[in-house]
Amino acid sequence: MSNRLLKAAAFAVVVLMVLFAAVTVFASGGGEATAPQSVVPESSLPWWAWPAILFVVCFVMGIVAVLGGVGGGVLFVPIVGGFFPFHLDFVRGAGLLVALSGALAAGPGLLKKGMADLRLALPVALIASACAIVGAMIGLALPTNVVQISLGATILGIVAIMLMAKKSEYPEVPKADALSSALQIHGIYHEASSGQDVAWKIHRTPQGLATFVLIGVMAGMFGLGAGWANVPVLNLMMGAPLKVSVATSKFLLSITDTSAAWIYVNNGAVLPMMVVPSIIGIMLGSIVGVRILAKTKPAAVRYIVIVMLLFAGSRALLKGLKIWN
Amino acid sequence: MGKGNKATEEQLVYAKILDFGMKAGLLLITVTFIVYLTGALAPHIPVNDLPKYWAMPVKDYLHATGIHPGWAWLGMLGKGDILNFLGIALLAGVTIICYIPIIPIFLKKKDKVYAVIAAIEILVLTLAASGVLKSGGH
Repeated sequence: MSNRLLKAAAFAVVVLMVLFAAVTVFASGGGEATAPQSVVPESSLPWWAWPAILFVVCFVMGIVAVLGGVGGGVLFVPIVGGFFPFHLDFVRGAGLLVALSGALAAGPGLLKKGMADLRLALPVALIASACAIVGAMIGLALPTNVVQISLGATILGIVAIMLMAKKSEYPEVPKADALSSALQIHGIYHEASSGQDVAWKIHRTPQGLATFVLIGVMAGMFGLGAGWANVPVLNLMMGAPLKVSVATSKFLLSITDTSAAWIYVNNGAVLPMMVVPSIIGIMLGSIVGVRILAKTKPAAVRYIVIVMLLFAGSRALLKGLKIWN
Repeated sequence: MGKGNKATEEQLVYAKILDFGMKAGLLLITVTFIVYLTGALAPHIPVNDLPKYWAMPVKDYLHATGIHPGWAWLGMLGKGDILNFLGIALLAGVTIICYIPIIPIFLKKKDKVYAVIAAIEILVLTLAASGVLKSGGH
């Protein structure tokens, strides 16, 4: 089964590469909007090279993201925004759709298995998705260099969170708070490794919900996805078990990123030539990554992800400050 | 699935629609992108000109290409590049559809609070999707 999937992924990669190569023939064809140039002024590459490179980079990113335990969106925006010729507006729009597609693909399985918890997700999603709209509108209205600087600072902050934040498999929650009791947010989590059922409840719900205001704004503003922030808040602040937090966070992204993605779509910040290779590349990479993960989990990959984010975050910061253009 | 991980009725209904919508959306973006790449339908923006536009801020891009934001793409589905928005809209819209059938389930369980939360979420996502909210641009 895994071999079949790997072969299918490899086949899809080859087919898309051939299609990209084939379009050089079609490239001379017409359309309605007219423009004299066919390449980026600073680049000697033909137009199709960038989407093709984007596809390959996203494929690798999909593998690395799974092995490094991060969402694809958090890698996509700083790396593509920093090293590709696309404007940050389009990169963020594509980043949201990449994160959204990954969350949509994972959502059904997580819900059916009862790993993601709808009662925990719905109130959080309402706040995060409403705030993501605000974040997306702010992000599209701010000058690009301000967004670049903020993005760089945020990515460096994520690196700090990844290095410092601890995780708790089963956080101790002495007493459920009044709000979570009223909303009946609790459950029984079955730990397959030990075969035990673990009853869980949450606390500090008002503080957690308030934090999702900020998370929603940042998700919409930068197009990053927000798993890096969702998990620590659900797990460490609100006290949900780690696996429930990770699964609910992934499902949550499908709602938060939906609202922000629509703002980018409706404001024109979505280019199919960027979005589709990115989504297909990262999803095929994720399939391969999951297969590799089933056999081995190299600890070094997480540090490679951290170094990549450190580099890409610094690049965004310096680009925004016009030090490294 | 362990005996403790019992997905609720509303969770299963949500998952079923999400699963179908996600697969249909991914299939649609793949098919429409192949149509775009092969040139079977002429694009609104010639592919040779894309590098000039993708480096622009979105406001300048819209102005230069004559593309109207919002749902105007629905009237341009005969263009190879614009056709891709069908799949993108399906991926971005499936969550809204998922919420609709869970409201009666919550009401049947007399869980009015969650029914209201789900209804408000539909309003929020529909507002985002409506195109009413315009950014000031930069």
